[in-house]
Amino acid sequence: MKYIDEFRNHDLVATLTEAIVRRSKKPVRIMEVCGGHTLAIRKYGIQQLLPEHIELLSGPGCPVCVTPRISIDRAIALSRLPGVIITTYGDLIRVPGSRSSLNQERAQGADVRIVYSTLDALDIARTNPQKKVIFLGIGFETTTPSSAVAILEAERQRISNFFLLSMHKVMPPAMGALIDQGIRIDGYIGPGHVSAVAGADMYHALVEKHGIAVVIAGFEPVDLLQSIYMLVCMNEEGRHGVEIQYKRVVTPRGNTKACEMVNHVFDSCDESWRGLGMINGSGLSLKEQYSRMDASLQFDVQVEPLPEPAGCICGEVLRGMKKPAECRLFGKTCTPANPIGACMVSGEGACQAYYQFR
Amino acid sequence: MCLSIPAKILTVEGNMARASVGGAVVNTSLHLVDDVKPGDYVLIHTGFALQKISEEEALETIAMIEEMEKETGDPE
Ligand code: SF4
Repeated sequence: MKYIDEFRNHDLVATLTEAIVRRSKKPVRIMEVCGGHTLAIRKYGIQQLLPEHIELLSGPGCPVCVTPRISIDRAIALSRLPGVIITTYGDLIRVPGSRSSLNQERAQGADVRIVYSTLDALDIARTNPQKKVIFLGIGFETTTPSSAVAILEAERQRISNFFLLSMHKVMPPAMGALIDQGIRIDGYIGPGHVSAVAGADMYHALVEKHGIAVVIAGFEPVDLLQSIYMLVCMNEEGRHGVEIQYKRVVTPRGNTKACEMVNHVFDSCDESWRGLGMINGSGLSLKEQYSRMDASLQFDVQVEPLPEPAGCICGEVLRGMKKPAECRLFGKTCTPANPIGACMVSGEGACQAYYQFR
Repeated sequence: MCLSIPAKILTVEGNMARASVGGAVVNTSLHLVDDVKPGDYVLIHTGFALQKISEEEALETIAMIEEMEKETGDPE
């Protein structure tokens, strides 16, 4: 078992597709909130396999996309400080800020380095003791533990020139906020890897409050179709709750070791999301005992919020209100090579996923 | 950056391991998982093993769908 081909099996896909067609009577709107799911759904043409009354929506699941422009502007301002090295995951450097991007700053001489892992950023700090190395921490429950490890390792190895700009976010409050904002959603395809870390139990409060169905899904076509089938059954039977399709990696409690590290290093805070605005308790900031590594406290940069670029409807795309093709810039002035908005930057962004698999 | 991939652990050295992803060999941190040994499959995300993959559960998931196949294969 290699955990890939088995879940791309044509016979299983056919069985599930037939089962969905047979079982589904009511119109349902199902939202995925993980960029990996957005990409897989487009890549495998999952929507095309479904009856017309099952509508798939993309939500705020791409960490690069939901990072608001003011955070990008702050990162850009940090990159202009003397003696600073910015380290980050690849996609972020291409996201347009108000007037520039990290990529443009790099072309003009800023030291901006793409790393594969937070441990690489820590290595850069170790080998450049005269520099201040700032890691831009973005991402959800999946990436937060690696930032926590970097903080704990920096402390253990007494590396004093490593800093984290935490833009980390947690998913359930955003899923609740979308419903509060009046978006009609009958079921969530729960993020598989977020849940592998944080555990399926973390959706209980959301499910109780909003009476919604959540099925935590894997990333192959069989996983997605089985999850949609499970959501259809729940809706037909009028049930809500949390169910796990992706049982090979997701358990009710998740990876408790990773969760403990995150809780040791981070506190919950309010956080602003592109398109969704401020959401209570949806962010993570470094605990006071790690404030010496907190880039938001240790560096003084001023940034002013500016309006979003004219015509870009990323905010509505991220809330599932509009499809990328409804944007008049889509595929014209806005392309993966020249992204106007954040949703076109990353392969998991809805605009890019729709563009690549038109 | 969101993508996580199943990888087979080849060798373990302290907190680090070498793993095979579809033939390519990558380094991965084991800071977040306990008791990982060569031969295990793990999910790798941004250089960290996030969780072990359970073969038993994977087989059960597939068996469930095959079971549906049988049920619906009968004339209703
Ligand atoms: S196509 Fe480009 S401009 Fe339009 S919403 Fe998407 S990212 Fe924004």
